[in-house]
Amino acid sequence: MPTSKVTVDRRRFLIGGAVASVVGARASAELHDGELGAPPATYRGAVPWQEGAADSPPGVDGADRSLVFFTPLEAAFINAAVARLIPNDEVGPGAVEAGVPFFLDRQLAGPFGRGDHYFLGGPWAKGTPQQGYQSRFSPAQFYRAAIAAIDRHVGEQSAGAVFAALGPDDQDKLLKRMESGELQLGDGVDSKSFFTMLLQNTKEGYFSDPIYGGNKDMGAWKMIGFPGARYDYKEWVARHGEAFPNPPVGLKGRPAWRQS
Amino acid sequence: MASQLPPVDAVIVGFGWTGAIMAQQLCDAGLNVVALERGPWRDTATDFATGFAQDELRYMWRHHLFQNVSYDTLTVRNNTSQDALPMRHLGSFLLGTGVGSGGVHWNGQIWRFLPSDFNARSHNAQRYGEDAVSGDDLTVQDWGVSYDELESSYDAFDKLCGTCGKAGKLNGKPQPGGNPFEGNRSSEYPNPPMAQTLAPTLFGEAATRLGYHPFPHPTGNMSQPYTNPLGAQMGACTYCGFCEKFGCGNYSKASPQTTVLPYLMRKPNFVLKTECEVLRVELTPDRKRATGITYVNSAGEEFFQPAEMVVLSAYVLQNVRLLLLSGIGKPYDPKTGEGVVGKNYAYQTMSSVNAFFDDKILNPFIGAGALATVIDDFNGDNFDHSGLGFIGGAYIAGMVTGGRPIEMIYTPQGTPDWGLQWKHAAAKNYLRSFAISVHGSCMSHRGNYLDLDPTYRDIHGRPMLRMTFDFGANEHRMSDYVTDRAAEVARAMNPREIKINRRTGSWSVTPYQTTHNTGGAIMGESPSNSVVNKYLQSWDVPNVFSLGAGAFPQNAGYNPTGTVAALTYFSAREIIARYLKSPGPLVQA
Amino acid sequence: MGQTANPALPAHPSTAITPTSLLSQPIPDATPNAVQLRRGQYLAAVGDCVSCHMRPGGEPLAGGLGLKTPFGTIYSSNISPDRDTGIGAWSSDQFYRAMHDGIGAHGENLYPAFPYPWFRRVTREDADALFAFLQSTPPVHYVAPANELPFPLGIRAVVKGWNLLFLKSDTYQPDTSKSAEWNRGAYLVQGLGHCAACHTPKNMFGADKSGQDFHGGQLDNWVAPDLTANARTGLGLWSVDDIADYLRAGRNMHAAAGGSMADVVSYSGSQMNDADLHAIATFLKSQPARPDEALAGPPDAGAMRRGAAIYSDACASCHLENGVGQPRFFPPLGHDAMLQQDDPTGLLHLILAGSHIGVSNAAPSPLAMPSFAWKLSDAEIADVSTYIRNSWGNQAPGIDASKVAELRKKLDLTRPRLTVNSGDRK
Repeated sequence: MPTSKVTVDRRRFLIGGAVASVVGARASAELHDGELGAPPATYRGAVPWQEGAADSPPGVDGADRSLVFFTPLEAAFINAAVARLIPNDEVGPGAVEAGVPFFLDRQLAGPFGRGDHYFLGGPWAKGTPQQGYQSRFSPAQFYRAAIAAIDRHVGEQSAGAVFAALGPDDQDKLLKRMESGELQLGDGVDSKSFFTMLLQNTKEGYFSDPIYGGNKDMGAWKMIGFPGARYDYKEWVARHGEAFPNPPVGLKGRPAWRQS
Repeated sequence: MASQLPPVDAVIVGFGWTGAIMAQQLCDAGLNVVALERGPWRDTATDFATGFAQDELRYMWRHHLFQNVSYDTLTVRNNTSQDALPMRHLGSFLLGTGVGSGGVHWNGQIWRFLPSDFNARSHNAQRYGEDAVSGDDLTVQDWGVSYDELESSYDAFDKLCGTCGKAGKLNGKPQPGGNPFEGNRSSEYPNPPMAQTLAPTLFGEAATRLGYHPFPHPTGNMSQPYTNPLGAQMGACTYCGFCEKFGCGNYSKASPQTTVLPYLMRKPNFVLKTECEVLRVELTPDRKRATGITYVNSAGEEFFQPAEMVVLSAYVLQNVRLLLLSGIGKPYDPKTGEGVVGKNYAYQTMSSVNAFFDDKILNPFIGAGALATVIDDFNGDNFDHSGLGFIGGAYIAGMVTGGRPIEMIYTPQGTPDWGLQWKHAAAKNYLRSFAISVHGSCMSHRGNYLDLDPTYRDIHGRPMLRMTFDFGANEHRMSDYVTDRAAEVARAMNPREIKINRRTGSWSVTPYQTTHNTGGAIMGESPSNSVVNKYLQSWDVPNVFSLGAGAFPQNAGYNPTGTVAALTYFSAREIIARYLKSPGPLVQA
Repeated sequence: MGQTANPALPAHPSTAITPTSLLSQPIPDATPNAVQLRRGQYLAAVGDCVSCHMRPGGEPLAGGLGLKTPFGTIYSSNISPDRDTGIGAWSSDQFYRAMHDGIGAHGENLYPAFPYPWFRRVTREDADALFAFLQSTPPVHYVAPANELPFPLGIRAVVKGWNLLFLKSDTYQPDTSKSAEWNRGAYLVQGLGHCAACHTPKNMFGADKSGQDFHGGQLDNWVAPDLTANARTGLGLWSVDDIADYLRAGRNMHAAAGGSMADVVSYSGSQMNDADLHAIATFLKSQPARPDEALAGPPDAGAMRRGAAIYSDACASCHLENGVGQPRFFPPLGHDAMLQQDDPTGLLHLILAGSHIGVSNAAPSPLAMPSFAWKLSDAEIADVSTYIRNSWGNQAPGIDASKVAELRKKLDLTRPRLTVNSGDRK
């Protein structure tokens, strides 16, 4: 059974108004995403309302940036690899500068890493490319196994080195071999599948809202001109071809909200 | 051991669009109705508020509103020579869950099928010969219901949603600015079309230059504030660009929450129970009548809910699965071609063309789920297919639903997916590129079907659904042809360059294409080749109704929701007019 | 159900009771006493019994709602006709004594949280009709929790002193110099409507401050605004039709009925007839304007600048640029009385916790403002509040972040309050 649960006070489920009763009295409730994930409830007579309730996003507290998931060796791999996937230059930040390693660390330590929204049950088979992800690994397990396998491969090829110690050209070559699936890693690790996940997660960390730990200072959004978490463009619909001048805003705002 | 509950007149399994519409209709007719939904309650201001709905990571990539495949998934394969394996992560289609379900996070694209779509077999056979509808293992069938019969039901859904558009054919008269190919409408759209941004406008101008007939896409995103016939209110869309895959925070997208629930939840004869999963429909020993359903809730308690009528509205995949698990109707066997439940599963054939400009700022982040200028010149049988080797077609849409950077950065042909080259291409092209969508039909084939998996089971121990599906040669030829037409329009927009993204190879669970699964519980004129009659009533068990796109014998080149809703109204009206007075088969087999 | 000859026909209309169906279910002609019962059903809506006598998740009229007064929490009683736990064993005399004198069935004093100082004005005839209707509703066996009042307030006899000092009203006497409509409005507002219970400021004993009728009040961390003819903070810019609209539908061209008024609309105003709503509006419009205090100086420029940015990013998607709103959907914010109340508690409560609005059959959408407790800090809420209170024709004192922090704590919103959807954390 995947994912550990969050405990929420039962009374925080009670809906205002005589419309919902929560069946099955329990002192606390454990939630998971999706089907059968919350206590059963019955609704009748009105649309329920509970003031102050919000399914607010599970952002990370950016204050403490010490890694909780990656070991130092894994962190070295991640820092090196994502720096090749999105390098830094004057056009815009690289993945490291944007905080992608921190983003990945928190993602892999959370429900995503544990495989929420992944079916990991057996039996397992390789499958065709059309059948998609067929590993028994959760993303967290996958990252650990893949990084270890890649570093072991590099060590075998280059006398004890690890990926992070290679030069950038050699790192790029290896990444391309993973991308094409040419690199055989063994240990149940499919290099192409891992590369796909790593690149996807890297772009997620690069472009997602800063509350998740990446996209530092909305630098990636500024690079491309994406205004971020805005919710109103009504006045701009008819202004065909005009550059949008306003700075990007994240879910938790932008500097102009706070400048004295 | 299941506890027995007091009986009700109707139990509704699954509470998305079809469940909400049917519940509203039956409650207004005075029935005591209980609806069961296995996901959670959701509503606008608490669960997809304007303050946090615009979160691409959480909703698009962490699937927060979608079915959680950790708990229930299906197995997939392209053909019977393969072993089906679980779809371990949502990709190709993003299944809904919870109250409102897909109706919360859909685009709001509201279409009607063409009149000829309902007679896909006889119409195409007549025009192009018998081979056109039976070659390539095609199992195309006529629906057994006509567009004209459904028109007032389509109209009811338009009024419920406040669909924004311009009629092309109104009471027999062609209307400028609308779709000249559409079936006849009895009334104009309830709201005017949405104002178009630059990219759809340029697309429309290019299409006109090529002699096609562009018109604004009909939208369930409101062009102005609207109050529907139930008194429910929607605000004006603000083009936020976080539409499909997202709940709408400012009440401006049609959904069960915005259009039906404010009215329905007030009715004392309606009860909604969440976190309740229906395990099976229970039948009398002679299997000719449903006695109710058995469900289990998230507290692990099992109940038997007796009911006079069982309405399956749990989405095409769960509906077909419940029919199979409950032993309603004969399962389809692709080897023999016998049986009906699971037969004619189909999907949608998607492709796209990207256009890149140096001289124009397109601002793709200004978008809405159905914001597009469309041409229908290559859909259905709107064009001559002689010699082309396929039936069906696609609409071509210059569409801007948003510019969300993880999902929607387009880079020119040959750009790598990572590295400095990718980054520079992203920075250069993001504001100046967009995608033209080709949204194509998918005919039914003998080998595409749904059944129960022999190996994999869900958390309740029930076999998972198994999906065997691949695009046929018909789909590839159709898609290539219309994609080429789309590329011509793209070039006529005078971009710096274009990139053509064809539908190639076998159907794959990645990447995302559409959540337009159809068939498996198909409608027809006879129980020998269909599961339900034109009123979505089971031929085998007349007090069971199976709603949704499972009823489509094959899929047309349009988004299915408009037709799904119209069929629901059509069914509900007949249930109220005839079935309740005299329960039994509504159509003589 | 299912026992009739033709099992597929719908069963008898549902016996289920919802608060709205209780107040609107037609009483058949054949019912003995139908005329009086219908009158009583209507008066139960006018008096808004359901809003207080129904706890979350509970049956209408069974009581149990904890009313947070400045003196402690008082739980509403069970006024369903249950013989043991409700008023089933009462006589109409006892009911009238409760309404008119605030005396319970055993001679005990009732706390004026039960608004008998206003119900005192109700005629005997109306009280009898209301009593007859309550007796006709389904009995519910339920005992409300004990009141949480500090010594000596838990001793009911203390109310005798309060009554001596503050109970001045009596059965309504028409003012012959005014129209019949005005008098009807006065009877409703000053009687069963008990509007002043919230909308008139209270002294330290919880009684009306004299000479300040309808100048506004505070309850449950909400502000009941000024209802006088003051154009800035009261109903001065509203027409009679606007007021009637608001009470009937919970929304008009100026405002939407959120906070505590949501239930008033859903369980009271929406069930009342147009003539009475007009009468109430006529009476309210006749209230002399509350005098304006000298207004504060211009607001802090930095707060206005920051507030404008926050407004544009976080508020404009419903209330639109320049606060024009979408009337009858999302309120316009210019020249808005609710925003300009001296006491900003209501506004801050709204931004922190959100609110739904009252509903009716004609306008059933419970359009809701979401809670911004997660999204905006105390300083940001203070700044955007300062901004909207001083934009588009509004003028009111700026807000300090400490006031927001204080209210956030009172509302228990320092931690996120999740929903049943919140399964993707940790």
